[in-house]
Amino acid sequence: MAAVASMFPMQQRVSAQNDLIPEWMREEVSTGTTIMAVEYDGGVVIGADSRTTTGAYIANRVTDKLTPIHERIFCCRSGSAADTQAIAEVVAYQLGFHSIELDEPPLVETAAHLFKASCYRYREELTAGILVAGWDRRRGGQVYCVPIGGMLVRQPVSVGGSGSTYIYGFMDSNYKPNMTKEQCLELTASALTLAMERDGSSGGVVRLASISESGVERRVILGNQLPKIVSTH
Amino acid sequence: MATLTVNRPPQGGFCFENCKRNGLIEGEANKVGCSLPSARKTGTTICGVVFKDGIVLGADTRATEGMIVADKNCSKIHYISPNIYCCGAGTAADTEMTTQIISSNLELHALSTGRLPRVATANRMLKQMLFRYQGYIGAALVLGGVDCNGPHLYSIYPHGSTDKLPYVTMGSGSLAAMAVFEDRYKPDMEEEEAKGLVRDAIAAGIFNDLGSGSNIDLCVITKGKVDYLRPHDEANKKGVRTGDYKYKRGTTGVLTKVVTPLHLEVVEENIQTMDTS
Repeated sequence: MAAVASMFPMQQRVSAQNDLIPEWMREEVSTGTTIMAVEYDGGVVIGADSRTTTGAYIANRVTDKLTPIHERIFCCRSGSAADTQAIAEVVAYQLGFHSIELDEPPLVETAAHLFKASCYRYREELTAGILVAGWDRRRGGQVYCVPIGGMLVRQPVSVGGSGSTYIYGFMDSNYKPNMTKEQCLELTASALTLAMERDGSSGGVVRLASISESGVERRVILGNQLPKIVSTH
Repeated sequence: MATLTVNRPPQGGFCFENCKRNGLIEGEANKVGCSLPSARKTGTTICGVVFKDGIVLGADTRATEGMIVADKNCSKIHYISPNIYCCGAGTAADTEMTTQIISSNLELHALSTGRLPRVATANRMLKQMLFRYQGYIGAALVLGGVDCNGPHLYSIYPHGSTDKLPYVTMGSGSLAAMAVFEDRYKPDMEEEEAKGLVRDAIAAGIFNDLGSGSNIDLCVITKGKVDYLRPHDEANKKGVRTGDYKYKRGTTGVLTKVVTPLHLEVVEENIQTMDTS
């Protein structure tokens, strides 16, 4: 497949007559994004914004970036929409198959390793930053970070996506270990609100989910219900 | 005699080796001052909406080759299965062939399962194929249909990402059409209201986008029934000429008339019956 590989630099179309096709139609769809995941004692809280962009146009303003991989394992997707959707579907299949073989619910660590395997092997071709979060019986609530490039690391709290750069300071000063579920939900909602305020590629509604032994609770916070944070404007 | 050819398994699918060659040729052509012909793109406005009992899909009918209209009345709503239809924007050949391939595979799949195909199945097949070709197949699709789980509407992008939404627009005129949808969409509309909304959205694309034009096609899919309305609205009828450039017989006076018959000889006559069995 050397002939195909040598073609990769040729991303432009052959013809120059692209007046009728605006720039945002030719751009790849990207989940600009802010995503976040926090562990608490007994589970995890995950959150994401809802904006998908093609260039400067918002292709979907109500995207669900919190994708179920298994009953109590979710992933937060950032980067290329096509790449992350494809990887998530492959991992969901692999994990479902593995779970049937084991005849027991899979571990979050297993799901994270499956993501890492795909993201690392195809690291040159993919643009995918993923947070894997969930609950299992062995280790309770866990958050694993699989950024672009295919690293895998477990963290108690993690943020990702283009909007995450605006909230590192907020996270460093406001996150404390051993928070309750309610505190985690508040922290996530506030952090996402701040990021959506500042990042052009993040916006829409805030989607939250909390995963624990008892199951998954999903919540949506609409634009006018976002927490009001005192700001300069 | 030993041969030097290596036995390679037949490679299916498309081959893009000519793209590099085309790049070089274009470079040469630009030096001389001319440009290569471009692939025909459906400039396009396509959209879909979920209403109370099903789906309404809409599309314009203009196909452009650069700045010239190649086809004034092309059909952009493609058949996938009796209960699923797909509108296509982007490269005309890509949308046509991709929908035909998936339609064929879906029919085989339906025979294998013994059930009416589901829209989610068509969506999976399309997204997996487009992702496999990494965006080189320029097909942006609006897929809609009604199956055992109700009406479903998906938008599918050339790189293989999909969105499941109550209303979607694609194509160069999608911004104009989305403006109409964002203003007037309501959940659980009646059929006539939904048809009117889609018609207005496509009309917005036709009249405000250069790449879209001509007529409006609609496809209404409900449980057990499909209304393929082509054309639903001839928004751009060709004008009737109000003047006539022909001159009446006798306008020019005839001064002289000379008739010279041409002698033609029949040289050889040969009759061969065609075998049409």
